Amino acid sequence: MIEVEHLTKKYGDLEAVRNLSFKVEEGKIWGLLGPNAAGKTTTMRILTGYLPATDGKAVVAGFDVFEQPNDVKKIIGYLPEVVPLYPDMTVNEYLSFVAEIKQIPASERNKALQKAIETAGLEVVRRRLIKNISRGFKQRVGIAQALIHDPQVLILDEPTIGLDPAQIIEIRQLIRSLKGERTIMLSTHILAEVTQTCDGVVIIRDGHLMASGSLDELTASVKDKERMSIKLKSGGEELIPHFMTIPGAEKVSMKDDEFEFEWSSDKDIREDIAKFCVQKDLGLVEMKPQVMSIEDLYLKIVSGDVVQ
Amino acid sequence: MNNVWAVCKKEVKSYFTSPIAYVAITVFLVLSGFFFQSLMWWFNTQSMQMARNPQYYQQLNINQMVYSPLFHNISIVLLLMIPLITMRLFADEKRIKTDELLYTSPISINQIILGKYFASLLVLLAMLCLNGLLSLFTFAFGNPELVPILNGYLGLFLMGAAFMAIGIFFSSLTENQIVAAVLTFGALLLFWILNWASYSAAGMWRDVLNYLSFFQHFDDMTRGILDTTDLVYYFSMVFFGLFLTHSVIQSRRWR
Repeated sequence: MIEVEHLTKKYGDLEAVRNLSFKVEEGKIWGLLGPNAAGKTTTMRILTGYLPATDGKAVVAGFDVFEQPNDVKKIIGYLPEVVPLYPDMTVNEYLSFVAEIKQIPASERNKALQKAIETAGLEVVRRRLIKNISRGFKQRVGIAQALIHDPQVLILDEPTIGLDPAQIIEIRQLIRSLKGERTIMLSTHILAEVTQTCDGVVIIRDGHLMASGSLDELTASVKDKERMSIKLKSGGEELIPHFMTIPGAEKVSMKDDEFEFEWSSDKDIREDIAKFCVQKDLGLVEMKPQVMSIEDLYLKIVSGDVVQ
Repeated sequence: MNNVWAVCKKEVKSYFTSPIAYVAITVFLVLSGFFFQSLMWWFNTQSMQMARNPQYYQQLNINQMVYSPLFHNISIVLLLMIPLITMRLFADEKRIKTDELLYTSPISINQIILGKYFASLLVLLAMLCLNGLLSLFTFAFGNPELVPILNGYLGLFLMGAAFMAIGIFFSSLTENQIVAAVLTFGALLLFWILNWASYSAAGMWRDVLNYLSFFQHFDDMTRGILDTTDLVYYFSMVFFGLFLTHSVIQSRRWR
């Protein structure tokens, strides 16, 4: 649905996005994840036609963003980072203005307006001035604005930023409920947002692509090393060389009072470790598997440990 | 055209939901009304004095003695007011980041510019029409000539339209409304007084400076002369202002 190839954007000498390529499948929610200043907003602005790219290609629903910008703008709903609201309009007035400039025919405007207001839950504030409604409602007006022309593709730039925890949960539910007929791409620097709402993720840092794929694929890819930690009644670092003699153990380290083992996933050595401890009478009290989560992956990527 | 209308409607609404339009129109009417009243008063005293001398009395002309100076005075008021009307058009969109909504919607930059421009012209039209109501008195109690008056108002409208186009250009340059207003005012005043420089210039420069000056073209129209040179001048100023606005917006996005 969204295909980006070798996208590059330079602001003068600063390269905000460098040679970025990824794909988003139809009908899925995809997260664009990265620390601040990673190039998320720039990427989204290019996709929506707000900014031209310096180089590369972007295709949304079969339309080239640079060759057929008007076709693309018609099928994209976009919520920018700063919600574009006119403070002196009422919610109703604002949404009908958006309906007009999004080319909804006059006969269908009222229906579209009503539907957007219902979906975003704005019934109670529809006659109030935008400057007088709360931050959470403003965000909802932003989402209603993006939805009003029933777009196939939704692009949401940090949709939950600045909201309180209850509002964040509401907005996430709202976004999940929009999935299905629509392809959604949302950007965030919060990993929990991705694991809770998204089907897949594109992780970028400094404008570079670090990883991309569905959440399952990514979790599988970080699992080429297995890990386990054990707890003993006594004993310290002096045991590490002994543990290293266990065939297959690639790395043993001490963390607090636990030993951490690492081995490659093609050979299971958990049984061997247990046997070793029992034979040497080390007082084994606890064994637990350590799963490398997507969180670890993200932290490693952000801290610069991993280069794809 | 629908898109132009949508943008125009939104701008007119925002002029009239905020105090801007009301304040601008009221101040304009108070000032222009004051000029009208004092010119009429002066004309009255002149008439009474000359009533004793039939030869001079024949030469009294309300078009020349009231309307011509009135149009000049109003043009100065417009020079002061128009920067305040156009300053928000693009600057405010940028400040509150609503430009991102406009430029990601399926409407063209030209449609956005025209919509905003027409909205500002409607405010100008409202000002001039309300001011024109004052002429009801002159027609009720005197017999001025209609065509030169209409020509004068047309001149005011065309000059105001040229001012607006320059104002919209400066508004597109910055996200600070005050900066936009000050730049517009400076530019308008400079164009206004360009013909001062022509006194000391010679040859071709003299003609060029004279041609570029707002004042020179406006003066004809207040005296009831409708010259195509003046029309061409005003229309090219409007086109130039709007064209520059388009270039600025386009280049901002490419940077």
